[in-house]
Amino acid sequence: MANTTTAHTHDDHDHKPHGLKRWLFATNHKDIGTMYLVFACVLFFLGGAMALVIRAELFQPGLQFVDPGFFNSMTTMHALLMIFGAVMPAWTGLANWMVPMQIGAPDMALPRLNNFSFWLLPFAFTLLLLTLFVPGGAPAGGWTLYPPLSLQAGDSFPLTIFAIHLMGISSILGAINVVVTIMNMRAPGMGLLNMPLFCWTWLITAYLLIAVMPVLAGAVTMLLTDHFFGTSFFTASGGGDPVMFQHIFWFFGHPEVYILILPAFGVVSEIIPTFSRKPLFGYESMVYASASIAFLSFIVWAHHMFTVGMPLAGQLFFMLSTMLIAVPTGVKVFNWCATMWKGSISFETPMLFSLAFLFLFTIGGLSGLMLAIVPADFQYHDSYFVVAHFHYVLVPGAVFAIMAGVYYWLPKWSGRMYNEKIGKLHFWLSTIGVNVLFFPQHFLGLAGMPRRIPDYSTQFADWNMVSSVGAFIFGFSQLLFVYVVWNAVRSGEKAPQRPWESARGLDWELPTPAPYHSWETPPSRDVVAHGTVQH
Amino acid sequence: MNAETPIDPLHRDSSNRKLTLRLLGFALGAFGFGFALVPLYDVICDITGVGNPKDLLRASTFDESVAPVPDENRWVTVEFIADLPSVGSWTFKPLVTEMKVQPGKLYVVDYIAHNLTGKDTIAQAIPNVAPGKATPFFRKTECFCFTPQKFLKDEEKVMPVRFVVDSHLPKSLDRITLSYTFYDNSTRVAALN
Amino acid sequence: MSRQIRHVLSSAAAALVAALAPLAAHAEWGNLNMPVGVTELSKQIYSLHMTIFWWCVAIGVFVFGWMIWSLVAFRKSKGAVADTSITHSTKAEIVWTLIPVVILVIMAIPAARTLIAIEDTRNTELSIKVTGYQWKWHYDYLGEDVKFFSALERTSDETRQLQSGLDPNAVPEYLRDVDKPLVVPEDTKVRLLLTAQDVIHAWWVPQFGMKKDAIPGVVNELWFKVDAGKTGIYRGQCAELCGRDHGFMPIVVKVVTKEEYKAWVAAQQTDGANEAAPAVNAAPTVASIATAAPQG
Repeated sequence: MANTTTAHTHDDHDHKPHGLKRWLFATNHKDIGTMYLVFACVLFFLGGAMALVIRAELFQPGLQFVDPGFFNSMTTMHALLMIFGAVMPAWTGLANWMVPMQIGAPDMALPRLNNFSFWLLPFAFTLLLLTLFVPGGAPAGGWTLYPPLSLQAGDSFPLTIFAIHLMGISSILGAINVVVTIMNMRAPGMGLLNMPLFCWTWLITAYLLIAVMPVLAGAVTMLLTDHFFGTSFFTASGGGDPVMFQHIFWFFGHPEVYILILPAFGVVSEIIPTFSRKPLFGYESMVYASASIAFLSFIVWAHHMFTVGMPLAGQLFFMLSTMLIAVPTGVKVFNWCATMWKGSISFETPMLFSLAFLFLFTIGGLSGLMLAIVPADFQYHDSYFVVAHFHYVLVPGAVFAIMAGVYYWLPKWSGRMYNEKIGKLHFWLSTIGVNVLFFPQHFLGLAGMPRRIPDYSTQFADWNMVSSVGAFIFGFSQLLFVYVVWNAVRSGEKAPQRPWESARGLDWELPTPAPYHSWETPPSRDVVAHGTVQH
Repeated sequence: MNAETPIDPLHRDSSNRKLTLRLLGFALGAFGFGFALVPLYDVICDITGVGNPKDLLRASTFDESVAPVPDENRWVTVEFIADLPSVGSWTFKPLVTEMKVQPGKLYVVDYIAHNLTGKDTIAQAIPNVAPGKATPFFRKTECFCFTPQKFLKDEEKVMPVRFVVDSHLPKSLDRITLSYTFYDNSTRVAALN
Repeated sequence: MSRQIRHVLSSAAAALVAALAPLAAHAEWGNLNMPVGVTELSKQIYSLHMTIFWWCVAIGVFVFGWMIWSLVAFRKSKGAVADTSITHSTKAEIVWTLIPVVILVIMAIPAARTLIAIEDTRNTELSIKVTGYQWKWHYDYLGEDVKFFSALERTSDETRQLQSGLDPNAVPEYLRDVDKPLVVPEDTKVRLLLTAQDVIHAWWVPQFGMKKDAIPGVVNELWFKVDAGKTGIYRGQCAELCGRDHGFMPIVVKVVTKEEYKAWVAAQQTDGANEAAPAVNAAPTVASIATAAPQG
């Protein structure tokens, strides 16, 4: 501990650029990470506002507030903003902050590329949000952009496609940066199997991104040429096939789901050991499980489209491969349980969010198992049951893990503690809100309510009202999160060098707050050995 | 891999150049591979026998010179459906809606199309066989769906489809639906020419 | 600390109960599960659904039990000391890899059996071509010369307009009624040939256990055989986002006895007015019907 502090004394007077230039021309991984996180937070609230428009309209039967076309735009934009604007940038932001600190590197390997990949995002989302104001309105064909419906869009169409292209380029560049950093810049003595799990899951995520974002780009480019240049990839009249789009889209789309959730596995695998005061159980099997989930994610895509009319053999194959994913996922959940077993558990906010992740992600996983059963999926498909399933996986899954990560590392980033009381209040309101919001949607789906509808028959009224109440509780309690973070950064108590006494990893060997330039000289082998996973 | 061995700047320059060239080569290779995929797919299809366009064509057509072996004991119902696009004015329908056929025997069914658009135009029918697994066993020897059809103003055409149901049709099927979706392609064809 | 958590939790729960209490007066709270349905397939699907559900409950009880046990028993506030020697156990990991595999195999077998039954379209007694339009359904009884459109019924349609000021609760079967329902006989294997004119739709009646996409340029099959004695009205909706009025294209199926069905078909044929929608020619395949389906 002492040697790290001395190694970094010069950091107290490091020269950071000031003013707007610091951010526009940022090459420092911490600055870029912060920008990613702030960007994600803004988009999270924008996407959340759209979700509240949806839930407000669905509070009661009848159309009270918005036109059905605008409602469809809201569902479409909500998904695009949350996936590409909130969750993915938040993960990239966390990777920017944590990967160099955790592997003992001074910065990301490609700092200027890093700057470029961030600054693409504001332009991408400006294009996308502009569609709200063009004739014909924002895209309303669902985020899955199924043709022929998506081809009916008005002027928003090219804007949406180009926005997706930009997001894709940004993600690929970010992913390349992570891969190069992890492969080339680990401190001496830090083998791949000594890395914290967050780095591992991000490494796997990065490969997924590089593999599938070009597929999405290809799919939307084909839509573009179908719309403007007379091709007929997906138009039946020219001999094309609308179902082919779904195959291509979900070949991207399913790995995308794991892009959103794998880093969450990493974060939770850091936090649970810390607050159980025990090393992670089965480190290596966690790594292998993550890798097999990533592999399997490439061969399950058609389970999103069982109702398009596939050959029997295809249905059986995709049912079995989908069920198989439950195995490595189960291994992970069991390993987390075993990590807590015979530990010494305390319940600080990051741990609370991780525990909620554990419970609620498992619920989402179990409903996913149900969805894999093809004949039953003929009932579940495109109903609110699916909506409940993927929101359980993505909100208390990915989003809670992001929040857990922010609470966990905020003291290290800012040098100040957050207010534990308000943090806990935020946690309880979020957890209660999210369950009141999404649990009734299981009932709605099973009772026969299709998704993406702006109005419903009166038999669905009760649970929709409950769900909307939950949405408003959850939505407004997120303002607390902003307050907690703001309050901590402004006037929180000074955090000690190890805010969590049993946290392990090179990130915790750094002084608090982490200096602007950390690990300019690589940590010594002793420090690495002390701070990393050893077998 | 790690920063322990110092690298002298001169050496680094040349190694950077080498890396750049290698990456450029890789990028060109990847680009080339994209184009090479077109013939490569054909090769793969030839080897594995899957999805080869020639095979598919052979499966969907039938050589009438080869004497078919009818399966006298089996009857399969074939339904005929016609679908019209949502633009343009046409009449398009099969003259019979259903036939009982024997696998291996050659049959003819007529579709009738009438151009009511008020102008000369080009149309194309897109075939579809349900259930999907019957597709390779439903063979057309002559079909108006093979090529775009020219229609004069107000022209009415009777268009035959000659077909054979392959005697290897799986026993789990007793009914095949042949559907045509009829598209007025004048705008698309004009755009392509 | 845990007392504090308990306090926050209990007060939040109390607030929630208070907020939701007036809602409890409503009916329909019992709509929690999938309908068993009225066809052979829907019952099989329901039983698969319940089997996998109970497996999930069992797994849930085990996993959540383990978690809660750990959270209660190994609290630092109760003086628990971590046993840091537990880092891995190959034996345990093999066990919790294999047990899920076994469960999955147990589940996959009946699922595959049902799937094969679903794909078996032999011995169809009645074929109906179903065409999805933006935003209504067209039914064509093949070989019967009976065909008609089926769209949202008028009262619902007026009530569902933005800020109509009309009360949905006052409309019987709000958004679930059509001007002309599909009529099918009981105890008859009915095969639907699904296609669409403009965009992708999906035909779903939960009581029949199935949904299938209706895709332009593609013909999909779906069959059902309503059990004898289960005559009545069954309702469903379009289940694939198909544009602006996706939420407003319900499906109503009236299941009648075989005799009633025969009489109904005869009445339709003599009626001559079986094309209920306006601006439609008697000829089945005239494209001008599309004018009745304006693009969004």
